[in-house]
Amino acid sequence: MSELMLGNKAVARGLYEAGVTVVSSYPGTPSTEITEYASAYPADEMYCEWAPNEKVACETAIGASIAGARSFCAMKHVGLNVAADPLFTASYTGVSGGMVIAVADDPGMHSSQNEQDSRHYAIAAKVPCLEPSDSQECRDYAMLAYEISEKFDTPVILRLTTRVSHSQSEVVTGERTEKALPEYKKDIAKYVMVPANAVKKHVVVEQRTLDLTEYAETAPINTVEYGSTDIGVITSGICYQYAKEALGDKASYLKLGMVNPLPVKLIKEFASKVKTLYVIEELDDVIETHCRKHGIDVKGKELFTYQGEYFQSRIKQMILGEADEFIAIDENIPVRPPVLCAGCPHRGVFYILKKLGVMVSGDIGCYTLGAAAPLSAIDTTVCMGASISGLHGFNKGRKGEYEGKAVAVIGDSTFMHSGITSLVDIAYNRSNSTVIVLDNSITGMTGHQNNPANGKNIYGDPASAVNLEALAKAIGIDSVEVIDPNNLEQTERVIKQELAKAEPSLIIARKPCALLKTVKHKAPFSINSDKCKNCKSCMRIGCPALVSGDKCITIDPTLCVGCGLCTQLCKFDAIEE
Amino acid sequence: MDTKSVMIVGVGGQGTLLASRILGSVLVDAGYKVKVSEVHGMSQRGGSVVTYIKYGEQVYSPVIEKGQADIIVSFEQLEAARWISYLKKGGTIITNTQKISPMPVITGAAAYPDGLEDKIKAAGVKLIAADALSAAEKAGSARAVNVVLMGVLSRVLPGIELSSWKAAVEKCVPAKVIEINEKAFDLGREL
Repeated sequence: MSELMLGNKAVARGLYEAGVTVVSSYPGTPSTEITEYASAYPADEMYCEWAPNEKVACETAIGASIAGARSFCAMKHVGLNVAADPLFTASYTGVSGGMVIAVADDPGMHSSQNEQDSRHYAIAAKVPCLEPSDSQECRDYAMLAYEISEKFDTPVILRLTTRVSHSQSEVVTGERTEKALPEYKKDIAKYVMVPANAVKKHVVVEQRTLDLTEYAETAPINTVEYGSTDIGVITSGICYQYAKEALGDKASYLKLGMVNPLPVKLIKEFASKVKTLYVIEELDDVIETHCRKHGIDVKGKELFTYQGEYFQSRIKQMILGEADEFIAIDENIPVRPPVLCAGCPHRGVFYILKKLGVMVSGDIGCYTLGAAAPLSAIDTTVCMGASISGLHGFNKGRKGEYEGKAVAVIGDSTFMHSGITSLVDIAYNRSNSTVIVLDNSITGMTGHQNNPANGKNIYGDPASAVNLEALAKAIGIDSVEVIDPNNLEQTERVIKQELAKAEPSLIIARKPCALLKTVKHKAPFSINSDKCKNCKSCMRIGCPALVSGDKCITIDPTLCVGCGLCTQLCKFDAIEE
Repeated sequence: MDTKSVMIVGVGGQGTLLASRILGSVLVDAGYKVKVSEVHGMSQRGGSVVTYIKYGEQVYSPVIEKGQADIIVSFEQLEAARWISYLKKGGTIITNTQKISPMPVITGAAAYPDGLEDKIKAAGVKLIAADALSAAEKAGSARAVNVVLMGVLSRVLPGIELSSWKAAVEKCVPAKVIEINEKAFDLGREL
């Protein structure tokens, strides 16, 4: 049977059919739905979990593989930075049950802080990397990855990009094949990577790369399609689809389903049959560099950029010199950037932080939107967990000058991911720093995943919840306060109080995400136009439900959730329930 | 047939994803090859969002670019104007007449443009403007704007059986709001 499926859903289907039994991931756009869809299959067939971070997820998959199970973890590109440590050595140990790491890159940065190309990790860790170009290939390549993993004794990276992960196309599915769990046998030479063993394993890894290169020469997923031989295109993943749409039968194609290691003879043979050879690959010049290294003349990044997504029209323009016509209207269209939702519990904290004029060391999550106007509260955003350690470094760098006027803000899920060790650093080194955990009881930005602090597992079943207050005390933070971020008076008072203290402190701003179905909302508020003086005090919180007008402010009843934050700013009692 | 391209544009939170899934389901039932490209993550938070639906005998790229869309369904007026350059010459825009102010308008840094409908028509576009919000409210929920607009689209998109649309609505919306959405779809067909 066939079904229209998101690429990520098709990967989950492939895992299920391949007989995978252990899945551990941390959410990250555009990879999140793989694990969500995987968790829809029966847990006794394919156990799924959210791990606190990608390193833990990857290590869980490694352990399951050593146990003989087919295992899996998924992450976004920056998640692989976190999981890189286990990956590089799992390459040496190899596997027992097949192990696959799906990593979803985000060219164009739809929801990411950088645009890194994960193929470099496959090269650096010396593991094979497959790259599907549509949902059917997502399912098929996920299954093939397990065969390659077990045949060549290696973890395999399944590289996705946003347009593959988040596009739907038809998928023909099959039945699940259960893999019998082999008996566990202790194998110190294979799995204990002390130098004496690792030295021997490195030799194995280099031979494996040679074997995999030989495999790549005839691999069924590296395919040649001949059209006109005036133009030859070497490509992979979503760029294949763009190239086919742009050039059709005006070109011949070498589509590489396996992007590490790359074949040599296959490329040379294809190159010999076409007049002009182009490499079309988003982000870095991985295939192009490989071609040049082997003396194959190609056109690549001199035509195509290292930045963003390509699409068909760019390819058509660069290779055929053709452009589509389009309509334009003469109108200045205001931008519509993403904003914190109406009723978002983060808003009150950012309003107060801006009012106090403090330096705000930010982190990764919905609350990064606290950097947007009119709140404009956040000073920095680097990576998961960096708010806390970054604040510590900032305070040390300013020699204490900012200790009473700088804070870190981090979400509950991000704190679980990699904020805890940073807070340990602050406690251990007696850093006079104030950290605010924005605890909205969910992983918000990626679409509401449970996490170790909210008391539910991936299946929504009750789970132990990390007690943030007790954790802080246990690591040596003596000053811990809990606030309601929708109470502006309390929020301002407590932040001032903690900033004034000459010791590390933690403030937990606790209120669940306004989008959670379990959160009960009040009816929308409205503005009494007789009382409103149009002073715009309420507009400073940047709520999308408040709209400015010539005479008075109005409230959009389709957006307002009655959180009441704006009422605390109105001096004329004009905002009514 | 040539590949046909439909864009669904709107504001994050308006339910554009669900609409694209209904349309995708209808087109698969009609026997087309279909690709749907969605947007997840940060831009969903009240930002400008777009979904591409392409169908035909063979679809390669899931993405629609400037000058390539046959139909644009906009959930909000300003978004119709924002994406107009993506329309093919002679293409159709269906827009909800609802206005949702973006943050620069809310803060007073920019103005919401006047007379957008006229400007879109003046560009030679076939424009169908519909008050989908009122229809959705009449059906029982302001959230059903997406299904009202699918009702409007069902009048414009050739070659699809009405029963197929209704089955897709039933399949894609949550069970407890099927009745509201069936009503919303029917009201959309009358707009």
